[in-house]
Amino acid sequence: MGRPPGPRAVTGNGRSLGSVLGQLARQREAAVFVIAVASFVGFWLANSAFVSTTTLAVTFNNTLPAIIIIALGEVLLLICGEIDLSVGWVVGFAPFFMHYLADYYHVPGPLAILCALLLGVVVGWVNGFLTVTVRLPSFITTLGTGFILQGTMLYTSHAEPASVPTSVAHYGSWLGGGNKYSWLIWAVVLTAIFHILLTRTRWGLHTVSVGGNLLGSQEAGIKVARIKYGNFMFTSVLGALVGLQTMYYINSIDPNSGSYIPMFNAVTAAVIGGTAMLGGAGTIIGALFGAILLANLSVGFSVEGISANLLYAINGVFILVAMVANVQLTRLRERGGR
Amino acid sequence: MTEPMHTGDVLRIEHIAKNYGAVTALTDINMHLGKGEVLGLIGDNGAGKSTLLKILCGFQPPSSGQIYLDGEAVTLKSVDHARSLGIDAVYQDLAMVNQLTVYQNMFLNREKVRWPLLNNRAMRREAREHLDEMGVRIQDINSPVAKLSGGQRQAIAVARSVFSNPKILLLDEPLAAMGVKEGAIILDLITQLKHEGKVSIIIIAHNYGQVLEVCDRVNLIQDGRISLDKRSDETSAEELTELVVAEYRKALQERQRASA
Repeated sequence: MGRPPGPRAVTGNGRSLGSVLGQLARQREAAVFVIAVASFVGFWLANSAFVSTTTLAVTFNNTLPAIIIIALGEVLLLICGEIDLSVGWVVGFAPFFMHYLADYYHVPGPLAILCALLLGVVVGWVNGFLTVTVRLPSFITTLGTGFILQGTMLYTSHAEPASVPTSVAHYGSWLGGGNKYSWLIWAVVLTAIFHILLTRTRWGLHTVSVGGNLLGSQEAGIKVARIKYGNFMFTSVLGALVGLQTMYYINSIDPNSGSYIPMFNAVTAAVIGGTAMLGGAGTIIGALFGAILLANLSVGFSVEGISANLLYAINGVFILVAMVANVQLTRLRERGGR
Repeated sequence: MTEPMHTGDVLRIEHIAKNYGAVTALTDINMHLGKGEVLGLIGDNGAGKSTLLKILCGFQPPSSGQIYLDGEAVTLKSVDHARSLGIDAVYQDLAMVNQLTVYQNMFLNREKVRWPLLNNRAMRREAREHLDEMGVRIQDINSPVAKLSGGQRQAIAVARSVFSNPKILLLDEPLAAMGVKEGAIILDLITQLKHEGKVSIIIIAHNYGQVLEVCDRVNLIQDGRISLDKRSDETSAEELTELVVAEYRKALQERQRASA
């Protein structure tokens, strides 16, 4: 306590540095935090264009929000022992659904937006129904509903892009398509809300409980079905929201903007952020760092001029490195955690 | 309590039988439990202990027979129903969520809420008070239960059940897979509950010695019937073991005779 502050106090005393690192390592999010920061610094050192305001806006206002917002739902789902593979196709279908309502059925703009979000509620409910009530594994359920959504979207749109309906165009500034950082603001606010939901409310506690011990939770009288249905619905609604936000961002409705990629990014962010694939554990903050890492990689390598084709391989390496670090740190934590 | 009384029993069951298709798990069970009494229900594996437990906690209905609570005939429709009537069961390890902390487990689905947030401070304080009151020593109620020993986890499970003021507590193999020191934690806890005298307890076990220590009375269940009903101080672990072994020998001889 009496030591002078500043860098010397840390570097000059191995134990205090060690205890700081030890403390850090004990946090579930430690590995992904370090790698996310390292990736940012690395790209910055390699090419200062990475921290230009334009590039930062691409990283944090375009790439990051699309990943983290969906990851918020996937974290809750994974923690309660399920997964949603369909959410990426909700991203693709929601804006088309809105476009059909607004342009072909003359539904007023705000109502069409609301209906697109409600589509998420419905898809989430169907996912919950098939998984919880019909008892299919969610991996299968959501693959099925996802393909149905994708096929319906491609068939009805003839796989052609559409323009943003005029009746909804000016709501874009409210939905993340406004100034340079408005989408990021959505992401930050939603992340804070879901962090509180997971860590400070009964819903979050019961989500962990259901994933940690299903039978025990039922035994304690927790409404397991309601938790799972709810988390499926959260995820799909967030997917629909990202679909609309993507539409406003690119100012077009693109049949290619959905697909499986948003889902894979979100699940990856969650898992490298420390969320257990088998349920019972995970954090929103970890997923946020995971999403930042993925956004850095995606933007960073294109700034470096590395072929997008190679990007997949590099992403794969980073995911594995983050996971290995996670596993090692978990062991460390369990050994020294008493 | 000293003399088993048939009037004023909190629980009485008459002629309970349970068949699973052609398999008979319970033939004819008659037993009673006095207020504040600790009853040991012992028997070898497969004697019907768990079947009886499942019936008593409302998990499954008996094929025939009647359960009386405070002298009134009841039909237990579900675990929740049984719980609402004051019967609570503590299973071996079932209802603990490893990832959650001690106090979170103690308040599982009974959380204190200052809407919309959890009132963690109040839950921590009450959990601590409650555990101290019951003499359960847990260093850190913020640590996940995964880090606790089997005895500590079982103690927390029992403490949690007592929290909801049940009339009857069913403990399923509370000493299973536990060392002597570990088991002592639970035995101390049961002794304490016995002194308070508010709750009647049925302990299901196959470890006769340790059970005799805390029980007022033991019932031996053999072949789907209660074959012995004695006060603990009138029997011994040796007698109980001998009865079980004798049954085994008899069965063995019958089988040998049949095959000869």
